[in-house]
This record gives sequence, structure tokens and C-alpha cells, in this order.
Amino acid sequence: MTALEFTAVVLVLSALAGFLGALTGLGGGVVVVPALVLALGVDMKYAIGASLVSVIATSSGAASAYVREGFSNIRIGMFLEIATTLGAVAGAFLTGRVGTHTLAIVFGLMLLQAAYQSFKGMSDHGVSIESDSLATRLRLGGAYPVDGKPQRYGVRNVPGGFAMMFGAGVLSGLLGIGSGAVKVIAMDRIMRIPFKVSTTTSNFMIGVTAAASAGLYFSHGYIDPRVAMPVMLGVLFGALIGAKVLIHAHVKTLRIVFGVVILTLAIEMIVSGFTGKV
Amino acid sequence: MDDRRLEIIIGRLLRAGVLLAAATVFAGGVLYLIQHHSGPANYHTFVAGAANTRSVSGIVISAAHGQSEAIIELGLLLLVLTPVARVAVAMVVFLLERDRLYAVVSLIVLLILAFSLLHAA
Repeated sequence: MTALEFTAVVLVLSALAGFLGALTGLGGGVVVVPALVLALGVDMKYAIGASLVSVIATSSGAASAYVREGFSNIRIGMFLEIATTLGAVAGAFLTGRVGTHTLAIVFGLMLLQAAYQSFKGMSDHGVSIESDSLATRLRLGGAYPVDGKPQRYGVRNVPGGFAMMFGAGVLSGLLGIGSGAVKVIAMDRIMRIPFKVSTTTSNFMIGVTAAASAGLYFSHGYIDPRVAMPVMLGVLFGALIGAKVLIHAHVKTLRIVFGVVILTLAIEMIVSGFTGKV
Repeated sequence: MDDRRLEIIIGRLLRAGVLLAAATVFAGGVLYLIQHHSGPANYHTFVAGAANTRSVSGIVISAAHGQSEAIIELGLLLLVLTPVARVAVAMVVFLLERDRLYAVVSLIVLLILAFSLLHAA
């Protein structure tokens, strides 16, 4: 394959991944890594390096739209970023120590979880108005617009959410993905933050988390400009189109289709990891 | 200044950073394809890249000489610095608001990011 053919194929695959990632809220990295590895035989380390930069691009691009609507909570985001960036640095260190087969298997397991979440769907889990004592001291509570009126919400179980966020950071640094789904679980389910605030704040945090592993990725040489260029531009383009289409889309049908795709990729990644094909 | 205005400033900063980075990567990519379009593309096994394109100073010097891969890397570097800049801006705004707790929180995040990025330099 020539450089021109490779760039063209990767651009198309990445645009598709970015499009699906934006529509389902799971992010482009989840699809782009297995697509590069399984379809084009790209080494895992180049694939996750390219995915990581595309994650920063889509997170920062989308965040600018969400903040205008007033959903994301900057204090919650900033505080939990201590956990995610520490985790990301640890995860990026691990990537250098772990073999390619193991990385493929771990990636496959993460995809299985994403597929499960995609089938099940995500929704609000009992929001509370009052913050517990630690969250009050940290002034984490806030308000978000519901039918045009500000609705107050409280925050709970900060240590639990913090620990889960560290895990999300490790996963992000290890696999070059945004791990937005894990971040949403930490905020929505553990800390009882409203779903809409959780998803937008998570998106806001993804860029900072990924930037924390990027330095180590650069120094290890995982970010190859020739692979990262079409991946970043393609995913960004696909995600922008996806965000525009989202308003008119049948999210439920789409999630099931996406779930099937991810499930297939998950099984293939795990099998390839065990048979040593990757 | 309230949180709302801080969020709007940060939103604009993020968009500007991504656009600038994407434009740089695109320009480097076009140049790369003009020069190497029929060259081989083989990424089956990982080999650590050339040393001069892995340090920040190396990237900037090579990009200034019009080396296409270095221009792409410069764009990627700008992209990575965008969220870092957003943490720095938030820290300054928290300081101006005399919100000491969150100024310190932002500083901790900034130090962790600096640790990783200096590792690359």
C-alpha cells in the first residue's frame, strides 16, 4: 500500500468512527483503534497513539459547544481531573511495559463493556439536591437548565467518584481512548450528578486527561505523524458531522447497531490477542 | 467574573486551539502527500521514530525547515497544548476571583500535565 492509499483509507475509516462515536456518545477512539489494527494491520502502539490525539481534538471541539449551554460543571471537572490525569500518566507508563497481545486483549474487554452499555443505554440515577459534607466543603454542587429554569443539584460520595476517575484515567492512558463511559459512571452513578451534567463534564475532562498521557506517548514514539494525521482529521470531521445529525437521529436503533459492531470488534480483538495475530 | 463567563472564555479558547491545530496538521499532511504519495506505508511493527521528531525543540526546528512530518507533529503539539492552556486560564481566573481552593486544584492538574509534557521535551 502506498502512502497516499493508506492516508485515504484511514481518513475514511476515521471519519466513520468519529461519526458513530459522536452519535452514540462513546467517542471515536473505541472504533478507530480496532479498525486500524484489524483491517489495516497497524501496530497497536501506533493505533492508540493516533487515537489519543483524535480524542483530544473531538473533546476540545465538542466542549466549546456544550459550555455555551451551561450544562458542564467546571469545578467538578477540575477537581476530578486530578484523579484522571494521575491515572493517565500511570496508564501511559504501563503501555510501554505491557506487550501488544495483552494490550489487544485489554482493549477487547473494554469494548465488551462498551457494547453492553450501548445495548443497555444510560439514563438518570436518582439526583439529590443536597451535597454531602465533603462535597459541600469543595463547593461541587451547582445548577443546570431544565426547561429553561435553573435546577439545583448536589454531589455525593466524592472519594468513590475520585477512585473511579483514577481508573478511567489509567484506561485512557493505557489504551489511548477517552474512556468517557467510565467517567460518566463515576459521576452519574457514584456521585449522583445529573446525567446531562455528567456527560458534558466528562467530555470536557477527556481532553485534559488525554493530554496527560500525550507527553509520554510522544516520548515513546507512539504518535507517528503519518498515522495520526489522517486519524485526527478524519475523526474530527466525522464527529462534527455526527454532532449535527444527532438532533434528527434515531438514537435507540443506532445504539443497537453500534453495539453489534463493537461486540464483533471486541471478540475479534480478544481472539487476535490470544492467537498472537496482532 | 462568574463561572458562566469563565466557561464561555474556555469554550472559545478550545475551539481556536483545535482549529489552529487541525489547520497545521492539514497543511503538513498535504505537503507530506505531495512529497511521499507513492512511498511505502508499513506500520505492522512498532519502531520508535527518529529522535529529532520526538523532542519539542527538534519538532520546531524541523518544521521551520519545511519538513512535512515535523509540521504535522507541530500541529499535534498545538492540539495537546490546547487543554493545558484551558487549565492555565482557569487557574488565573480562580486566582482573580480569590478562590484559593480551586486555584490550588488547577495548579495540581497543571503540574501533573507539565510532568508528562516535560518528559517528552
